[in-house]
Amino acid sequence: MGALVLAAGDEFTPPTAEAFNLPPIFGWVTKPMLLVVLSVVLIIGFFLLSSRKLSVVPGKGQFLVESFYDFGRNNIAREQIGSRDFLRFLPLILALFSFVLVNNLFGIIPILQFPTMSHIGFPLALSVLVVYPVYHYAGIRRHGLGGYLKHQLVPPGAPKPVYLLLTPIEFFTKFIMNPLTLAIRVFAAMFAGHLLIMLFGISAEFLLLHGDGITKIFSLFSFGGALAMTFIEVLIMSIQAFIFALLSANYIGAAMAEEH
Amino acid sequence: MILAAEEYNPVMPHVAEIIIGLIAFLLLLWVLRKFVVPRFEKLYEERTAKIEGGIEKAEKAQAEAEQALEQYKAQLAEARTEAAKIRDDARLEAETIKAELRAEAEQEASRIVAQGEAQLQQQRAQLVAELRADLGRNSVALASRIVGESLEDEARRRGTVDRFLAELDAGADGAGARN
Repeated sequence: MGALVLAAGDEFTPPTAEAFNLPPIFGWVTKPMLLVVLSVVLIIGFFLLSSRKLSVVPGKGQFLVESFYDFGRNNIAREQIGSRDFLRFLPLILALFSFVLVNNLFGIIPILQFPTMSHIGFPLALSVLVVYPVYHYAGIRRHGLGGYLKHQLVPPGAPKPVYLLLTPIEFFTKFIMNPLTLAIRVFAAMFAGHLLIMLFGISAEFLLLHGDGITKIFSLFSFGGALAMTFIEVLIMSIQAFIFALLSANYIGAAMAEEH
Repeated sequence: MILAAEEYNPVMPHVAEIIIGLIAFLLLLWVLRKFVVPRFEKLYEERTAKIEGGIEKAEKAQAEAEQALEQYKAQLAEARTEAAKIRDDARLEAETIKAELRAEAEQEASRIVAQGEAQLQQQRAQLVAELRADLGRNSVALASRIVGESLEDEARRRGTVDRFLAELDAGADGAGARN
């Protein structure tokens, strides 16, 4: 980023969307692709190693792993899907949660320093190609195709004429918007957060290098802003991962629910 | 930056990223489904079974303890009634023994008294007979000395002595009655 600023001369150039357009590292492989692969390796390694020797009475390490597992299991999957069916979807929910969480956190880890989910292709792959087919399939298997469509598009309890309006809205929400908003939510949060941190970082650097006399001091404020944003980002990254998994579970639960 | 000949649009997804993201995620999902979740769920089942087993065991132990307590209480009550019974029996027996002893002692006492009386009677009779003989002899001797005549004559002598004794008896009886 420093190079970017210096190349532009003494004029301050704020970071733009171009900053997310990373050149390939080799061939057509870009940094986010490597990060995604790394995240999967890390998560798989973590879970396989930590679940190798599970004992009925947990030690300290196992207790931490179990806490994480239980969070996905009880607070997300069971809460949203219901205790009858949630075990079937537990691997999916757990994978979504840990995958999004680790890829988000890459944004504040030194050297890696890039939230993978700020490239919209990754959250889209999860929401449109995984979550979307899964919840419709689960609903159709539970209610049959006709029953499922009726269940989803004609929620009971409204006066007849209202359905003229309600059914198209329900269709639009459940068959078009849900997967898109799911992806865009985490993408936008990561994109904006990373941009903000970059802005604070670059401005701190610019003020320090190109400021004259007293303006150099303001570099400290910018630097403090970057630091504060980093802490806030940790919170947002975790919350976004939680929301992603929670909404996915919610869609599945709603598709399989007996009544609204 | 040089590559960005065409404007970079962050909202347009890269197909390569979608594919890589999907494959990576599906790999993760497969590992979780195949290994991780079954391991944890098996652990949870074991834990539940162990806890439930522990509770069951504790309940069983408690039931056993209660049963033992009941048994002890019953045995204690039984022992108490038995002790009371034994005590009653002993008291009863003691009373019979006492009564028997008393009867025996009374019998013995009356026997001793009777024996004493009989002995006394006998001694008295003996004494009376001896005295009667002595008195007869002494009287005859005294009388013969006083009278000077021989009272050797058998027939007379017997008659005299007997008469005297009869008189003496009557006198003694009269004196005894007066006393």
